[in-house]
Amino acid sequence: MWAIALLVFREVLEAALIVTVVAAATRGVSRRGWFVGGGIALGVLGALLVALSASLLADAFSGAGQELFNAGILIAAVLMIGWHVLWMSSHGRELSRQMQALGTAVHRGVSSLGLLLLVVALAVLREGSEVVLFLYGMRAGGADHLWAGLALGVLAGAAVGFGLYAGLLRIPLRHFFGATNAMLVLLAAGLASSAARYLIQADLLPAWGQPLWDSSWLLGNGSLLGQTAHVLIGYDARPAGMQMVFLAMTLLVLWWGARFMRRQQTPRVRPGTTPSRTTSVDDAASNLGQRTLA
Amino acid sequence: MKALMSTVLALMLPLLASATEVPGYTLTLKDHRYQPAELHLPANTRVKVELVNQDPSPEEFESDDFPAEKIVMPNSRISIFIGPFKPGRYRFYGDFHQPTAQGTLVVE
Repeated sequence: MWAIALLVFREVLEAALIVTVVAAATRGVSRRGWFVGGGIALGVLGALLVALSASLLADAFSGAGQELFNAGILIAAVLMIGWHVLWMSSHGRELSRQMQALGTAVHRGVSSLGLLLLVVALAVLREGSEVVLFLYGMRAGGADHLWAGLALGVLAGAAVGFGLYAGLLRIPLRHFFGATNAMLVLLAAGLASSAARYLIQADLLPAWGQPLWDSSWLLGNGSLLGQTAHVLIGYDARPAGMQMVFLAMTLLVLWWGARFMRRQQTPRVRPGTTPSRTTSVDDAASNLGQRTLA
Repeated sequence: MKALMSTVLALMLPLLASATEVPGYTLTLKDHRYQPAELHLPANTRVKVELVNQDPSPEEFESDDFPAEKIVMPNSRISIFIGPFKPGRYRFYGDFHQPTAQGTLVVE
């Protein structure tokens, strides 16, 4: 039972970390719970479908079906997160003003919120399909306490997610969305690196140095902390050069993109009026805190 | 993001053609064990490893030491491209049966 629980926990943990970052980044949005819950439900359904068609997938594209499928899902998630991050940096200030005026949660944020629902669904689908195949094999092998192991693993993984969420909520509201946006950028960069990993093993990309460095003496990929760092910041103890190219390019594009978008929409104000502008944004943030986040 | 995608696509095209020229090796999974448990590979060479699963349950070929993560269904086979490696030992395992499914690449 413990072996089953441990494997399920590791898979659930990866999905839970992604869901947690997305949940934090959409804090205060109305019907957010439904979006995240819907994303998880959609992901579970997708996981079952993927597991059922695993043999078909394995034979597709002359044997590279699995890699292309995984890389495709990961790149789709990177694009969706990227879009959300850029959208937030171009509308963030406008949004906090709107929220102050309306005293309600973000309405227009919903457009990119739908994308984040899909990110949640894809994360659950990817890890979930592995769990389904694993349990199928365990059941065929006559393992004991299958359901207890599954329940334990899911609960433990979800608990870590909730723990991280509770930790993120302690970030002061003024820095909160800046922090969650940065986390989304790092998350996307890590996913891009994983996509490269799949494309390398399918021989669709060269490795460009294997490994580029070895920091497994410090933090191994197989350790729980290493796995957490892998999801949250794209850490890899022995990365291929190409993975780091994908990671660095995603970071650069999103970082510069967000800066560019922010500069585009920064209103030109006379020096004298700047303090009041700053205050109103801060007020908006604290109002948001009292009204919708408390 | 567009730049990233076009770079990826540009890099993929010539590589699709070169996929057939690499040396091949075979690993077999039986009773959730890799045979051979130590696979000897030449250094600085890209190789194609064919994994034959003779067990009635799915397995996931995976490594923490090099890019590899692929599910192999019961009584079927997959192939995976790895390397080029510097000389050394690289561990791999079967994610679904970790107590027994352990193996090492010996690159020399």
